[in-house]
Amino acid sequence: MKLHIDTTLNQEPAEFLCAPDETLLSALRNELGLTGTKEGCGTGDCGACSVLLDGRVVASCLVLAAEVQGRAVTTIEGIASGTTLHPLQTAFLKEAALQCGVCTPGFIVAAKALLDVNLDPTEEQVRYWLAGNLCRCTGYDKIVRAVLDAAANMRSTRA
Amino acid sequence: MLHGMTTTRYEAPGTVADALSVMAAHPGAMILAGGTDLLVQYQAGLRTPSAFIDVKRIPELMAIEADASGVTIGAAVAAADICAHPVIRAWWPGLVDGVQLIGSTQIQGRGSLGGNLCNGSPAADATGALIASGAVAHIAAPSGVRTVPVEQFVLAPGKTALAPGELLVSVRLPKPAAHTADAYQRLIPRTEMDIAVASVAVSITLDPSGLCTAARVVIGAVAPTPLLVPEAGAALAGTTLDAAALERAALAASAAARPIDDKRGTVAYRTTVVGVLTKRVAAIALSRAKER
Repeated sequence: MKLHIDTTLNQEPAEFLCAPDETLLSALRNELGLTGTKEGCGTGDCGACSVLLDGRVVASCLVLAAEVQGRAVTTIEGIASGTTLHPLQTAFLKEAALQCGVCTPGFIVAAKALLDVNLDPTEEQVRYWLAGNLCRCTGYDKIVRAVLDAAANMRSTRA
Repeated sequence: MLHGMTTTRYEAPGTVADALSVMAAHPGAMILAGGTDLLVQYQAGLRTPSAFIDVKRIPELMAIEADASGVTIGAAVAAADICAHPVIRAWWPGLVDGVQLIGSTQIQGRGSLGGNLCNGSPAADATGALIASGAVAHIAAPSGVRTVPVEQFVLAPGKTALAPGELLVSVRLPKPAAHTADAYQRLIPRTEMDIAVASVAVSITLDPSGLCTAARVVIGAVAPTPLLVPEAGAALAGTTLDAAALERAALAASAAARPIDDKRGTVAYRTTVVGVLTKRVAAIALSRAKER
């Protein structure tokens, strides 16, 4: 039997059907067609499936879809404002902080959660915050640099 | 879905009483808090609950309540909320030492204190500090509420004092006495995201002159359960935690250890390291207690 779930998805009301044991990752990709969220490991180790749940970064492979009833989910598709990229997305492009791109949505969503609470992180804070996001091709230097650049950019825009 | 013919239900009760009713109606159900262990085990086919009972809609399980005599932490409160709580940070820095080591940012946002306890791992990073600070588990059963000191909660790897139909509601930490502080450290072969090879939690109480009047030492990952070692605490009590006292406590911790050999470490290595950690962690707790 499928469950009917009402939620807020990328700032808009949304509803979907899911199996009681279906993960949020599966519902996003297979019920809602939001395939920007990637499955890497499926065990909460790699961070490719990172989404924001009520503003907090979580691994959507370790959340049941039914749990988001009445809550707010933000995926990579909800990070840009219309056709204007988020400063993190711009910085990832500028720094070439990606190669195959499978980890990138998770990195950007996780980094956004950091900048939402700390717009002036140290490199060490960025590295620890993103320690649950694995990249198998680019390595981490460009990614960390992109996050620090985006933060600097956002600080100067706000000032 | 994953297990073919069987249909696993999802239930999200809003009260402890409703949760107990749902548990009674579904004896094969499992409690879902952060899901960071359960959903991994479920997807690997290691657990096949008849229902997931999501307890995160129950206010008592999601609250941190501080009062004059201590703090009550709901069993489903996520690690990130514990580490951010100003009263917990001030009174139990050693608990924060441990909780902040549990997994990545993504895991911190979901993994709960109750889950860390109920998982029953000998290496659980939160459990040692809870025991060192004299925490008590509040358990709801159809017959009423009962309390169990945390050192009696974990019985064996994966086995707890919870009887079928019982629900861990919260953990209560009594406010530390004057000049009391805790600390926790674990040894892992890397800087992040691993399971302890050995760990130690210590709580120290000093008198105004700086003499230790009471100490609780808990060792982890070196026995089937986290272990309170009264002999190590006794070696520190009545001293200023001088080098000789720390050495006696270390020997007592090593003597109490009953580790296994596995890929993380040998019996000999764990036995030695738990002693070294005892000295280091007691020294951190001492310096924190002196500041109070």
